[in-house]
Amino acid sequence: MQDRSNWDWDPGKRVVLDTAKCSEGVQWMEELHVSPDGETAAAICCTDEAEFGICVNGDFGEDRYEKAICPTFTPEGKYVALVSQDMEWYVSVDRELWPEGYGFLWNIMVNGGGVAVAVQQDMQYGMCVNGETWENLYDNANNFTFGPDGKSVAAAVQVEPMGQAEIFKFQSGIFSVAVNGEPWKEQFVNVYTPVFSDDCASVACQVRRSLYDYTIAVDGKVWNKNYNCVWEPVFKPGTKDVFAPVRIAGKWGMAANGELQWENKWTQLWQPQFSKDGKNLWAIGATGFGKFTVVKNNAPWSVTFPVVTDLVLSHDGEKAAAIAKKSGDKYTLVVNGSAWAGDYDMIFPPVFSPDGTKVGCVAEKNGKYNILVNGKPCGESFDRAFTPAFSPDSAKVLVKGVSGTEYSRSVLDATGF
Amino acid sequence: MHDIYNFVVGPLAWFGWGVFILGAIYKLVYAYNKFITKDATSAHYMSWKFGLRSIGAWLIPFFTTGWKNNPLVTAVTFVFHICLILVPIFLSAHAILWQQFFGIEFFWTLPDNVADIMTLLVIAACVFFAVRRLAYPRVKFITEAKDWWVLLLVVSPFITGYLAYHQIFNYQFMIVLHVITGLAWLALIPFSRLSHMLFALFTRAYIGSEFGGVRKVKDW
Amino acid sequence: MKESKFDRKIDDIGLKEGIAKLTPEKIQQTFQKFMDSEAGAKLRVYHETCVRCGMCSEACHFFVSHDGDPSYSPVGKVTQTMNVLINKKGRVDAEFVYKCAQIAYTECNLCRRCMHYCPLGIDTGYIMSMVRRFCHLLGVTPQYIQDTAHSHSATFNQMWVKDDEWPDALLWQEEEARDEFPNLRIPLDVVGADIMYSVIGPEPKFRTQLIYQAAAILHEAGVNWTMPSLPGWDNSDMAMYTGDFEMMGRLKRAHFECAQNLKVKKVVMGECGHAFRSVYDMGNRWCGWDNYPVEVVHSIEFFAYLLRTGMIKMKTKFPGPVTIHDPCNIIRGRGLMDELRFVAHEIAEEVIEMTPNREYNYCCCAGGGVINCGPPFKNVRVKGNKAKAIQLRGVKEKGVSTVISPCHNCHGGLEDIIHGYELGMDLKFLGDIIYEHMEKTKAVE
Ligand code: HEM
Ligand code: HEM
Ligand code: SF4
Ligand code: SF4
Ligand code: SF4
Repeated sequence: MQDRSNWDWDPGKRVVLDTAKCSEGVQWMEELHVSPDGETAAAICCTDEAEFGICVNGDFGEDRYEKAICPTFTPEGKYVALVSQDMEWYVSVDRELWPEGYGFLWNIMVNGGGVAVAVQQDMQYGMCVNGETWENLYDNANNFTFGPDGKSVAAAVQVEPMGQAEIFKFQSGIFSVAVNGEPWKEQFVNVYTPVFSDDCASVACQVRRSLYDYTIAVDGKVWNKNYNCVWEPVFKPGTKDVFAPVRIAGKWGMAANGELQWENKWTQLWQPQFSKDGKNLWAIGATGFGKFTVVKNNAPWSVTFPVVTDLVLSHDGEKAAAIAKKSGDKYTLVVNGSAWAGDYDMIFPPVFSPDGTKVGCVAEKNGKYNILVNGKPCGESFDRAFTPAFSPDSAKVLVKGVSGTEYSRSVLDATGF
Repeated sequence: MHDIYNFVVGPLAWFGWGVFILGAIYKLVYAYNKFITKDATSAHYMSWKFGLRSIGAWLIPFFTTGWKNNPLVTAVTFVFHICLILVPIFLSAHAILWQQFFGIEFFWTLPDNVADIMTLLVIAACVFFAVRRLAYPRVKFITEAKDWWVLLLVVSPFITGYLAYHQIFNYQFMIVLHVITGLAWLALIPFSRLSHMLFALFTRAYIGSEFGGVRKVKDW
Repeated sequence: MKESKFDRKIDDIGLKEGIAKLTPEKIQQTFQKFMDSEAGAKLRVYHETCVRCGMCSEACHFFVSHDGDPSYSPVGKVTQTMNVLINKKGRVDAEFVYKCAQIAYTECNLCRRCMHYCPLGIDTGYIMSMVRRFCHLLGVTPQYIQDTAHSHSATFNQMWVKDDEWPDALLWQEEEARDEFPNLRIPLDVVGADIMYSVIGPEPKFRTQLIYQAAAILHEAGVNWTMPSLPGWDNSDMAMYTGDFEMMGRLKRAHFECAQNLKVKKVVMGECGHAFRSVYDMGNRWCGWDNYPVEVVHSIEFFAYLLRTGMIKMKTKFPGPVTIHDPCNIIRGRGLMDELRFVAHEIAEEVIEMTPNREYNYCCCAGGGVINCGPPFKNVRVKGNKAKAIQLRGVKEKGVSTVISPCHNCHGGLEDIIHGYELGMDLKFLGDIIYEHMEKTKAVE
């Protein structure tokens, strides 16, 4: 996982890359991505007609591809992209290609130091993890997930073929869950959002047993109750207990292992999330129509908004922050039930300082990007900015942004907020 | 006969009014509760502005698409409803009853000959509706037995009232019959098609709010 | 009430097999449950309040096209379906459910034209969608639209487009377009772009040209835009029309979360009608959002904006007169008639209107999921919209041979009508004409 203690926390600003330097012979440069520590900036560049290269801190390397898409950095700072050569697709990790080529690749996922990706080979579907492809591929696969061990993967897979418009065949249940390529023997009408337990030994997901009956299945075993609808399940950390929002009589509640824990009084309830110690269960909920808020252990914050997204917990799981959209298309950040002053045109996902006293995020207003810490602007404004990061002692904040052609990283004092 | 008259204008009248008022309240409260619980995703959009705008538009004869495309029905329905509401309230014979039972004193009542004509208009309108139901396929197709009962119910106090006023047949008998049909008229408003009287404003206001607020077009 | 006979039954596997599984008890219990747990004041009050005046009859193109056959009038359709169900408390036989399904799914477009006619404001479209809901709960739905709903549930798009086929189609169109616009990109997953462009399932499957055109227009206009590479890109929603409201909610959640994760300010959607209804009117409500959680801008509004601001300039205008078919879900559903006319006049030399038009237009008869019920019901649509054919012939006689309609369903429906009545007219999307006739400053040559 990400260890920030060895990042450069010396105060001050450093220009890492001037993109003007890598524009030579380049037809265009795509969006810059930066590593979590801010030391590396990379972008896919079109270097010639139908030729693409990857520019990392100004260095193009030798590799060129017919296409390169979906770049991203892992938490450890590896640059991953999907590239195609001779009509085959490859995973590129720090310019190294995984050995096998595929018909198509998509949905890069990073977790626990590993990289996983969805694959299509000869119109058969599955996954490839850290360079290894499933032995079994399927007629279709989606809803991919990657476990915290960086090795385990799962997906919803179609285990029986279906002809055109065979509605009754479909309703008989032709989908299942494949964990590391092996399918459960149980079949369902639909399968959504599989998720791993922390030890990656169990998988839970939403299943639709008939057109009308939804429930949760854990390792193939369904809960003993069906619901009118359910949303994504979560494992309680350190246990095999599964919690999920369930809809009963038009209202949402939270069930654990098939027993209702939170009474069904919510107009909406989704994105459940446990604190790491399993003590607090958080979710985004609505107390009434058009009234969204954050819910902690079945208690809502006192403020509501038309829209709430991006629920993020503090490291101890006692506090939370979420993005709220107010009427008039203005955004703000709500931290522990109170909204930051000021309206923004966009707020990006927040981060907590390790001690939980500070929250930082990128905010945009009139095309200018600022880092906000506890609601106040921190440092200069940029043409584009990246998610900030707090130092392990919570005293400093790493600010990353682009002004003109210059990408810089700055370490600023975060104690004054 | 006199005893019967006393009974119908006494206990039965109170009963009739009671059913009408309590029934109307019950219906409205029931519908309101269902609306805000089961139809919360609709109730949210209720708007005074667009609701009243819609009601206003539909109160003007020949203004809306529906009225324009059905001119004859429009004319008849406006006359029918206006007479239907004004006559029972402002009839001089009734004014005495208002005074007697509710202590309400009117400054003005309909001149009897006008009321008489209005009564005939209501009866004529009902005949028109009946003919329409029989002769016009689009209405015939959707007519249920209920619709005939309602029409009969609506017209009967007007017929009996008219006959009583003109002392045709036995007055005593007619007036008793009149009161009975009149009370049935009232009492059944909440429990028949006539409940459109209670709901019309709300259904209009609701659809007006949806069209004005969400769909941003006129609902007429 | 007399049981009117129903002599236009059409064979459909979905309906046939659907009713084969029914028992009277099942029908009655399902109806009871439906009334207790789902139907609210609206359905009940509409049922009680309708005075059966028949004033809504003429509103419906089905009624008009069938020369005033009362069984096709809005209230006539309610009389044959929901009325009986409520009056009999669901004590009906399976054959009756078949009839309900056929009427509700294939003889009403939920176009809401009848709303302009009913003095009491009774929403017949809503009642018919509740009949559909009941049929859905019984599993009696036409095969093809049900298959579409299944596709939505399994892939989050309308056309069984698999996860990889989507980005593949985009990359292919990008490559094609680069021959014309050397630096054109279809930017995938750009977090923080201003706009996410979203389309419906048929575009990557059959009409990739539309993606090309949209990319060309967005590129030429210099818009900061993106498209998602993962499911959620499809804004369409046939589950909304089968009566599977749970799936409708799931689809809208996926669509909007896609936009929310990309942190875009707006979603611009292609020229589709029902998808628009699903984001501003129906799907959002099921999720608990009182409006779309991310602003959704229909192509009409977007093109109007591009033309007004001069971001797109027309080099030439479309020659010859055109007429406009107003798609109900965008016009009667969202009041964009003036914007549509602004765009049409900007891009075409002459516009000749049909009447009734604007929010009083006759539906194309494909909408509300009717076209999605597939081949068995094609004739129902074509015969059921003689009214539109007459309108079209009217403008054809004035020299119009091109119909603009910014809705996929309308295109499908009108195409069949034009063919069926041998009108010999062309259909165009706004995007077709804009792409064809705009100034292409960034193109080669
Ligand atoms: C408590 C119930 C009612 C009582 C005691 C009552 C009593 C009367 C009386 C005493 C008359 C006058 C007859 C005459 O001039 O000798 C009358 C006439 C009339 N009433 Fe009522 N009435 C009642 C309810 C109603 C209702 C509910 C309606 C209408 C819906 C109605 C409509 C009429 C009409 C149309 C006339 C005849 C007017 C005319 O032709 O000039 N009445 N009523
Ligand atoms: C006060 C609010 C009322 C409103 C807004 C209203 C509105 C309407 C409308 C819009 C119609 C349909 C048009 C037509 O077919 O004529 C109608 C029909 C009718 N109304 Fe009313 N009405 C009201 C009160 C009443 C009352 C108090 C009665 C009698 C008790 C009544 C009896 C009828 C009848 C019998 C018809 C149906 C005629 C037919 O058979 O077609 N209305 N009303
Ligand atoms: S097709 Fe349109 S006009 Fe006809 S009943 Fe349905 S909603 Fe009303
Ligand atoms: S116009 Fe309205 S009240 Fe009259 S029959 Fe039609 S739906 Fe019923
Ligand atoms: S397809 Fe077009 S005309 Fe038909 S209902 Fe949809 S929007 Fe209306």
